[in-house]
Amino acid sequence: MTDYEAVIGIETHVELMTDSKMFCGCPVIFGEPPNTTTCPVCLGLPGAMPVPNAKAMEGILKIGTALDCEVAEISYFHRKNYFYPDLPKNYQISQYDVPICHDGSIAIDVDGAPTMIGITRVHMEEDTGKSIHMGGGGRIHDAEYSLLDFNRSGVPLVEIVTEPDIRSADQARAYGAELQRIVRTLGVSDARLEEGSMRFDANISIRPVGQEELGIRAEVKNVNSLRSLQRAVAFEIERQIAHVEAGGTVVQETRHWNEESGKTTSMRSKEESEDYRYFQEPDLVPIEVSAQWRDAIVAGLPELPAAQRARYEALGVDNRVAGVLTSTEGIGELFEEAMEAGGDARLIGNWLSGEVVAWTRNENKAVAEAHLEAAHLVELAGLVADSTLSASAAKQVLGGVLAGEGTPTEVAEARDLVQISDSSVIEAEVDAVLAAQPDAVASIAGGDMKPIGFLVGQVMRATGGKADPKQVSDMIRAKTTS
Amino acid sequence: MSDPADLTISEAGAAMRAGALTSVDLTEAVLQRARVTESELHAFLTLDQAGAKSAAEAADASLAAGDDAGPLHGIPIALKDNMCTKGIETTAASQILSGWVPPYNATVVDRLAAAGAVVVGKTNLDEFAMGSSTENSAYGTTRNPWDTDTVPGGSSGGSAAAVAAGSAMGGFGSDTGGSIRQPAALCGVVGLKPTYGLVSRYGLIAFASSLDQIGPFARSVDDAVVLLEAIAGFDIHDATSIRGEVPNFRGSLNEGVAGLKIGIVTELSTTGIDPEVKAAVSRTVDRLSDAGADVVDVSLPSCEYGLSAYYLIAPAECSANLARFDGVRFGHRAEGLTTEDMMAATRAEGFGPEVIRRILLGTYALSAGYYDAFYGQAQRVRTLIRRQFSAAYEDVDILVSPTSPTTAFPIGDRTADPIAMYYADVCTIPVNLTGDPGISVPVGLDSKGLPIGFQLMAPALGEERLLQVAKVVEDQAVFTDRAALATSEVAS
Amino acid sequence: MPVEIDIAKVASLARIALSADELRVYEEQLGAILEHAERVQQLPTEGIPPTSHPVPMTNAFRDDDVTGSLPVADVLAGAPASEDGYFRVPPVLGES
Ligand SMILES: [Mg+2]
Ligand SMILES: [Zn+2]
Repeated sequence: MTDYEAVIGIETHVELMTDSKMFCGCPVIFGEPPNTTTCPVCLGLPGAMPVPNAKAMEGILKIGTALDCEVAEISYFHRKNYFYPDLPKNYQISQYDVPICHDGSIAIDVDGAPTMIGITRVHMEEDTGKSIHMGGGGRIHDAEYSLLDFNRSGVPLVEIVTEPDIRSADQARAYGAELQRIVRTLGVSDARLEEGSMRFDANISIRPVGQEELGIRAEVKNVNSLRSLQRAVAFEIERQIAHVEAGGTVVQETRHWNEESGKTTSMRSKEESEDYRYFQEPDLVPIEVSAQWRDAIVAGLPELPAAQRARYEALGVDNRVAGVLTSTEGIGELFEEAMEAGGDARLIGNWLSGEVVAWTRNENKAVAEAHLEAAHLVELAGLVADSTLSASAAKQVLGGVLAGEGTPTEVAEARDLVQISDSSVIEAEVDAVLAAQPDAVASIAGGDMKPIGFLVGQVMRATGGKADPKQVSDMIRAKTTS
Repeated sequence: MSDPADLTISEAGAAMRAGALTSVDLTEAVLQRARVTESELHAFLTLDQAGAKSAAEAADASLAAGDDAGPLHGIPIALKDNMCTKGIETTAASQILSGWVPPYNATVVDRLAAAGAVVVGKTNLDEFAMGSSTENSAYGTTRNPWDTDTVPGGSSGGSAAAVAAGSAMGGFGSDTGGSIRQPAALCGVVGLKPTYGLVSRYGLIAFASSLDQIGPFARSVDDAVVLLEAIAGFDIHDATSIRGEVPNFRGSLNEGVAGLKIGIVTELSTTGIDPEVKAAVSRTVDRLSDAGADVVDVSLPSCEYGLSAYYLIAPAECSANLARFDGVRFGHRAEGLTTEDMMAATRAEGFGPEVIRRILLGTYALSAGYYDAFYGQAQRVRTLIRRQFSAAYEDVDILVSPTSPTTAFPIGDRTADPIAMYYADVCTIPVNLTGDPGISVPVGLDSKGLPIGFQLMAPALGEERLLQVAKVVEDQAVFTDRAALATSEVAS
Repeated sequence: MPVEIDIAKVASLARIALSADELRVYEEQLGAILEHAERVQQLPTEGIPPTSHPVPMTNAFRDDDVTGSLPVADVLAGAPASEDGYFRVPPVLGES
């Protein structure tokens, strides 16, 4: 049986969060009534002309530099010609033979196996409007008519294309996640997949292991989350292998990922490559990036997720937790603040990536909506360190803080979770348990240490969880083995 | 006083400021001329009599209040109907824009309003400015006011004819391959194509973006300066517009040509030029020489390829520029069961044959497999032409040639032969390819009584020198004849 | 060499619905024009960069300022068909 390997390249479109659109002064805001954020330029009215947004150019240079790209000294805008009703001019202003940034890379890490994914190009373009297909259940093929909204038309769009360096669904997801983290860290886009401000198209092919030549690829569209990126790629690899194993050949086509069915389906085949008749946009002049401009961009870059993760790991946070801290909105900031206030990195990192993230999911709220301050985390870690709270009690206290019940100390007291500090009280409880469990005591005395845990549990129960389990354990050990 | 419609802009301005004339009187005289001549001339697609009157009243009121906007204050002018005017139908002489009322003004329209000008109407053109005779308009042909059996030239034939006939004191056109200079020559008026980027194209319905430039028609070089001053200068809405101070166009206007070196472009002045045109050009050159200029022959061999390069570059750009006319957001829409069918039917119905021809030509020249041999090669030839012109300007101040190989030709004469029609632009195309300024000045009449135009060219932003020499050409030629339709017997 | 033109494909790329007769006429005319235009190939242009823009300039940008949009009534005023603030078109065959 042949072993296959998958070859995957990903094209990502990221909408930049500038104040105004790429080529006109319309605002970039979403959720407005249809066609209310449009003007002659983004509607493609006769006579209207584009003028590029300087802030968007800065945004793409930030992305390109963060991806370790080379920056073209001179690059150009082109017209990409194709007719589609949501494309007002029936050409998209994009970049073709000389993109502004090219030849970069992103480092990803799947299960401790670090890999470099090459970035072919990063170029600037404009977004299209939106079509809504009416009737026939909203599906394009049997719609009765379509409605067009051009509010999104002309929003600055950065396209990031990888080399075919990705080999698995897990790597595809890791790449997507890392790119999202980078873009968010740069503050140039909110990169929300569900809302379409970040969109992936995956080009997937398979080939027998050892073969140099690339297989025929299918392009998978409509991937609206990192999870579906992973699922879609995994499905498509399996589908192509099964198809080839059954004697078929993969055809070049565009396939649509269906979230419900968990399958990709063919949208159209691409026997003839499209003829976009690219030519240099005569309404725009070349983009020249001077060394000074590039240096200013580099100097202004924030700490990138990879560097941030390395710094967190050096503080004792484990790899997975560092990943969560650098990719969840609002979490990293709390962590940084808590570190500055001298909090315990490992404990606080674990709480933030565990309980706090779980809380945002369960409550469907942003971290900012929790009644949680960095000072609370530091205080809570202090309470654990001085044995005022047990680890499990601390998690309960954190729950109370998140729910707005007060500071950690207030919650601990109100919920009566403070550990018993008087050892004579604990000793009395230990003695009572030992007296009640003579068999366990005998086993331990005979050299079998297993029942110690059971006995500790009994004492913890008797004290309502407020004893320090370590202290209890030591006490039992001393009393049963001496 | 003679009919105010026949005054120059400076004469009218002086009369207004002396209290001898109001903008309302002047505008009424011009509108009266239009009412009389339009049935024969058809220079206008929209004559905005009410709008013009109220603008003239406002101009009079503000002048009376001491608020003088400058030399164009209260002057009635005409705009080619490919410049967007908010609230006034703008069609580019195409069926596909029939009834379209722009929701915004072209930058030049705003600037003219700020200069106090009174817009009397929108003038006829070849559909989307594609043509050299104004016969390609979807709304009928404009006739030449010198001889109504002949064409006014094109594509800005309506503005040229209106200025020549006196139904506007000044006009504006767009020049992509000669569309201001060639009709100016055929109608016996001054027509100026400024340096590419000197005048904003925002709101000009694009034909070929890297070649299009807006410029004035006038009855004198002085008037052309006034009209140019009102519209020139950087515009944030046009990324190709030139930044920095607006150059002074009149600094050396009256300094003559003594000591200047003028080159006659051989390739544009010999082959295929009508003998009477040739003779008029050489008379003009002799006069320049008499006035103290050093006149030499200059050979620019790459000019011979200008027409070929132009007929690849302009259609390629137009094929993309005209893609937006698809029946979705504005303009004409044909029936269609699907959007794809609707678009294709809309474009087939809405565009005339010359426009379709150029869209197809441009689509082909850009398509995979042909790009390098056609569009790419044309762009490289364009570089060669630019280099030859720059080299020539190392040695001479101004280049000259005929504006058009012939005078006005009979209506219908060339409509069946696109290539013969394209040849009308052979002398004017080179400076569109180089981006340099060019001007046509009337220098005489041929034996049929039709005007002959003389073209002057200068390096980019060399308008000051260009106008200085044009003024001498104008003075020496003493071109005082008026178009038949503008003479008082016909006009009153 | 005579210029080869797949005129039906060109018309379809340009989204213009033309009859067979019209296609034939345009094919002939394009052939004649291209024969003339082909003269550009006679000039040696090796190493010559193309001119896309006649006046050399770079970096014509605008600041990221919101300068406003059109009233939606103006946006839709010229629309051949609209519905609830949207432009309306017949069903669309293919995805972009
Ligand atoms: Mg793209
Ligand atoms: Zn806009």
